[in-house]
Amino acid sequence: MTSAITKNPQAMKKNGRTDDYSDRAKAERRLGWLLAGPAFIIMLAVTLYPIIQAFFDSLYAFRLTAPDEREFIFLQNYVTILSDPVWWRDLAVTALITVVTVAVELVLGFALALVMHRALKAVRGWLRTAILVPYGIITVVSAYAWFYAFDISSGYVNSWFDWVPGIDQDLNWFAQASTALPVIMASEIWKTTPFISLLLLAGLAQVPDELTEAAKVDGATWWEQMRKVIIPNMKAAIMVAVLFRALDAFRIFDNVFIMTNGQYGTEVLSLLAYRTSITRLEIGLGSAVSVLLFACVLLISFIAIKVFKVDLAGNTGGKR
Amino acid sequence: MKSTGRDKIVWTIISILVLVYALFPVASILATSFKAPGDLTNGSFLPSPGLATLDNYEQILVGDAQGLFLSALWNSIGISLIATFIAVVLATLCAYAIARLDFPGKKIILTTALAVSIFPVISIVTPLFNLWRTIGLYDTWLGLIIPYLSLTLPISIWTLAAFFRQIPWELEQAAQVDGATTWQAFRKAIVPLAAPGVFTTAIIAFFIAWNDFVYGISLTSTEAARPVPAALAFFTGASQFESPTGAISAAAIIVTIPVVLLVLLFQRQIVSGLTQGAVKG
Repeated sequence: MTSAITKNPQAMKKNGRTDDYSDRAKAERRLGWLLAGPAFIIMLAVTLYPIIQAFFDSLYAFRLTAPDEREFIFLQNYVTILSDPVWWRDLAVTALITVVTVAVELVLGFALALVMHRALKAVRGWLRTAILVPYGIITVVSAYAWFYAFDISSGYVNSWFDWVPGIDQDLNWFAQASTALPVIMASEIWKTTPFISLLLLAGLAQVPDELTEAAKVDGATWWEQMRKVIIPNMKAAIMVAVLFRALDAFRIFDNVFIMTNGQYGTEVLSLLAYRTSITRLEIGLGSAVSVLLFACVLLISFIAIKVFKVDLAGNTGGKR
Repeated sequence: MKSTGRDKIVWTIISILVLVYALFPVASILATSFKAPGDLTNGSFLPSPGLATLDNYEQILVGDAQGLFLSALWNSIGISLIATFIAVVLATLCAYAIARLDFPGKKIILTTALAVSIFPVISIVTPLFNLWRTIGLYDTWLGLIIPYLSLTLPISIWTLAAFFRQIPWELEQAAQVDGATTWQAFRKAIVPLAAPGVFTTAIIAFFIAWNDFVYGISLTSTEAARPVPAALAFFTGASQFESPTGAISAAAIIVTIPVVLLVLLFQRQIVSGLTQGAVKG
């Protein structure tokens, strides 16, 4: 805008008011970056720098246990990882956890959002307070709570449910992926559903009451109202909630670390990266896993934004 | 909606279901924390009658595990509070500029915050682990505070920007017209309106820092900086034949108390903070 005005010589001549204006705009611009700059620079410094460093390190054969043998090997680390079945198994486990938890959370979260939306004033506050407890609780604490409940020695689930076929006193839930993963997912779902339900609650509040009223007058059943009026009108909120949760679930670490430490085929990608670089000190190889994991997250976001047209900025950041 | 008798019954049932859902795992670990070592394997939810004990709390607060737990608690409180404070101060300045001033690059800042918030933490850990060891930040408070900013800053910026956009900034001019100085106008008209948003953001940022596990286990090695979630994962029993189940449960309950208190006191603010952006979208 400023340049359009300064290009016009007539405006320039007018008693220098344009100069004042552009000076003030310039000052505002400077103040804007002065205030926002530190936060912006720190955000870049704590993420952009490490990922570039990780990419650089991933091109070397480099172990902390033998720092002198550091050697440039270009993409060899990536070849090593991608030709190892462990990567593909961990990717499959991570993807499975992501898909199942997000699907369950979407249904459960939607039910909770409806409950909070329709609740009588008297109980609304209590419901929200209760729902915020899992949101605020430490993930590691949640993991231990679920772990101890199912654990073969300190748990009570086996004795409570020994009438269910397949469950008896000797069932060790954490000794095989088929029983360990459901418990891991249960903890993840319990802890993160409140977040998705709050996002959906905000979406529900955006559906105009007149539309639901009109549908009711027209004799639509509850299910028809849901399917034809409410869900289409909050599609944007649903998409954002799903994308956010999917990206979060894809980074799952805490629950798996506490319950099985990735044993018996329950390892996820974050744990693979941790095990490679922090436990085994293979910085080169570990960096390559980190970069690949980052690439997966980028790919998911890209597909969501381009293919499903999720408008993140519009729906999480307030007025445009 | 009129609240008839039938509605009341339905809502009571629904509320009980939601309460059970939200609180059962907490109740479960609370019950475990009162079990004596010999009673852990009793196979029931509650400690056996007459065997409920406070020994586990004693062990982590004044007993053998005291050094381990109390130092971790101190680290967690200190590191989380400092990281929250820095993030909220920086985010307040940043969000003020975004809501109030006209300058190019606003969109870049908000998009960057969004990108940082979906960044996989584990991808940052490997290079930081290596760098921190080289420059001596490994196993220090500062070595955790810096990466915690990557967790707390983005959400603080988004939440505060949404809050600040709702403030009627004209009040400031109105106060100045009424004869207040710039500073008075800001302090009397704007600060009371902005403070709740800043406070709410601080609670949300604190929850996130308090919850961290990946940085905690990767960038620390001793009691010098190890926060509670990481310390829990490395708890060992009083002897090598004793499982640390009771002590871990007691410690888990202690670190959950601040969360429950904050939620009880500020439920309304936290919900509005988390949904703010979405509602106004």
